[in-house]
Amino acid sequence: MALPVDSAYTDSAGRGDWPKPLKAETCELSFYYGTRLVLKRVSVPIAECNITALIGPSGCGKSTFLRCFNRMHDLYPGTRYEGAIVLYPDSRNILDRGVDPIEVRMRLAMVFQKPNPFPKSVYENVAYGLRVRGIRDRRVIDEKVEQALRSAALWEEVKDRLSALGTSLSGGQQQRLCIARALATDPELLLLDEPTSALDPIATASIEELLQDLKRRVTILIVTHNMQQAARISDWTAFMYLGELVEFGPTKRLFTTPAKKQTEDYITGRFG
Amino acid sequence: MLLAALVSVATTVTILAVLLFESLGFFEVVSLQDFLTDTLWTPLFDDPHYGILPLLAGTIVTSVVGLLVAIPVGTVSAIYLSEFASPRMREVIKPTLELLGAVPTVVYGYFALLVVTPALQLLWPDIPGFNMLGPGIVIGIMILPLVISLSEDAMRAVPMVLREGSYAMGATHLETAWRVVVPAATSGIVAAYVLGVSRAVGETMVVAIAAGQNPNLTWNPMEPAATITAYIVQVALGDLPHGSIGYRSIFAAGLVLAVMTFAFNILGHVMRKRFREVY
Repeated sequence: MALPVDSAYTDSAGRGDWPKPLKAETCELSFYYGTRLVLKRVSVPIAECNITALIGPSGCGKSTFLRCFNRMHDLYPGTRYEGAIVLYPDSRNILDRGVDPIEVRMRLAMVFQKPNPFPKSVYENVAYGLRVRGIRDRRVIDEKVEQALRSAALWEEVKDRLSALGTSLSGGQQQRLCIARALATDPELLLLDEPTSALDPIATASIEELLQDLKRRVTILIVTHNMQQAARISDWTAFMYLGELVEFGPTKRLFTTPAKKQTEDYITGRFG
Repeated sequence: MLLAALVSVATTVTILAVLLFESLGFFEVVSLQDFLTDTLWTPLFDDPHYGILPLLAGTIVTSVVGLLVAIPVGTVSAIYLSEFASPRMREVIKPTLELLGAVPTVVYGYFALLVVTPALQLLWPDIPGFNMLGPGIVIGIMILPLVISLSEDAMRAVPMVLREGSYAMGATHLETAWRVVVPAATSGIVAAYVLGVSRAVGETMVVAIAAGQNPNLTWNPMEPAATITAYIVQVALGDLPHGSIGYRSIFAAGLVLAVMTFAFNILGHVMRKRFREVY
C-alpha cells in the first residue's frame, strides 16, 4: 500500500485546516471482530503535541479504533486489521506483518477507562515499564519514577508512601498513577480510553488540567463519551458513528460550525 | 434441607466432642508436659512413653516433602493452564487432573512403596524400603490437583484489564503472567497451598503403607518413621481394650491432628476471602 502524503488530504469540510506536523495517522483503517466489520476505512491524522479527541455514541467504534494503535486486539483471537496506521517520523506502518506488537507498545502508552493499577507498590507501578525494558539501575528508576509522578501531579500526594499499594489510593489518584505509569517510559503517543468516566468531577478536572500540561511534551489521543470534555481540552476532534468517521476538524470549528448534519445532531444532543 | 445441612454440622461437633472427651481421660494419666516434650512415643511398651514429638516430626517431614513437590509443580502448572494453554488444551488437562484426584489413596500408598521408593533406591541405594521421602513425594502428587485447580481459579479471577495494562506497557506474555497475574492472585494461591497443607497433614494410607510404622524422632526424610495418622490406623486396627490408655492415646493424637488441620483450613479460608475482596 502506498503511504499517504498528508497534503493529499483536505478537511472533510474542504477548508484545508489540516494538522501539521503529524505524529501518526490512520489510512483507511478497517477492523474486524471475526467477520463483523466494526471500523470502516477510517482515516484520521494525529497532530504532534496536540490533543485529538474521538467522540461518538457508544458502540461507534471509538475505543476499538484507539486500541488498534497499540495492537491490543492482537491479544484476542479472530481479530483482523486492514489498512494502515503510520507512525512518524519513521513513517512506519505498525500494522505491517513484520512489526512486533511489543515493539509498537514500547513506543506508545495507554490509560484505561477504569483505573487498573497493578497489585504492587506505588513505586513499582510506575517503574513497571522501565523494568520491562530491562532497566536495572536504581538511580535511573528512582529519577524516572519521581519525574513521572510529578508530571502526573501525584508526587506531592504520594511521596511519603511510595511503598503503599497502588490499589490503596483513591480513584482519582489511581488514575493519575496509571498516567504516571504510562509517562515513565517517555511514550511518543499517549492513548487514553475514557480516562475520566469512572471519576468524580473534581478528579476529572484535575486530569483534564494535567492533559493540557502534558500536551507540550507528548501527543495525546483521547476517547471520550463526554462532548463537553472534548470541547474543553482537545485541539482536534473526530466524530465517529457506526464504525465510520463522519467528520474531522479543529475542535472549535467542529463544535461551532459542523459540516455534517449528523455531527450537528450529535453535538446538539439530538441523538447519542 | 436444613436437617440435611445440620447432619454435617452435627457430625463435626460430635467428632470434636468425642476427641475432647477421650483425650481428657488420656491427659488424666499423662501430663501435658510429657505429651509435648517427651521424645519417645511407646504407649504399647512395658515402659510407656507418651511424647507426641516423634509422630509430629513424621507428619511434618512427609508434609514438607509433599509441599516441596506440589508447590512448584502446582504453581507452574496453574500458570500454564490459566495464562498459556489453549482452551482445547485446558479441556484435556483439567479432567485428567481431576482423575488424579479420584484415585483411591490406598493405590497411591502402594505406588509409593512399590514404584517411587524403588526408583529412589536407584538414585540412593542405601534408602530403606520404608522411608518418608517416597510417601512424601506421592502426597505431593496427590494434593497437586487441589493446588492446581484452586491456584488456577485465583489466576483466572484476575481481571483482564490488569493484563491489558501490562501488555500496553510493552510486557511479554511471560512477564505479564509472572509480574502481574501471579502477584494479583497471591492470596488465592497461598490459600491453595494452605488447603494443600491440611490435606497433606491428614493423609493416612500412603504414609501408613510406605513410611514404616515405628515412631522415630528424625528430620531426615530418608529414614522410616510413623506419622500421627499412621499411628492411629495402626493402633485402631489392633485389639486394644476399650478405655485403656493405649486406646485413649489415639484420641489425643487425633486431637493434635484435628487442631492442626482446622487451623490450616481456617487460615486457607481467611486467605480466600481476602483475595475475593481485592476486586
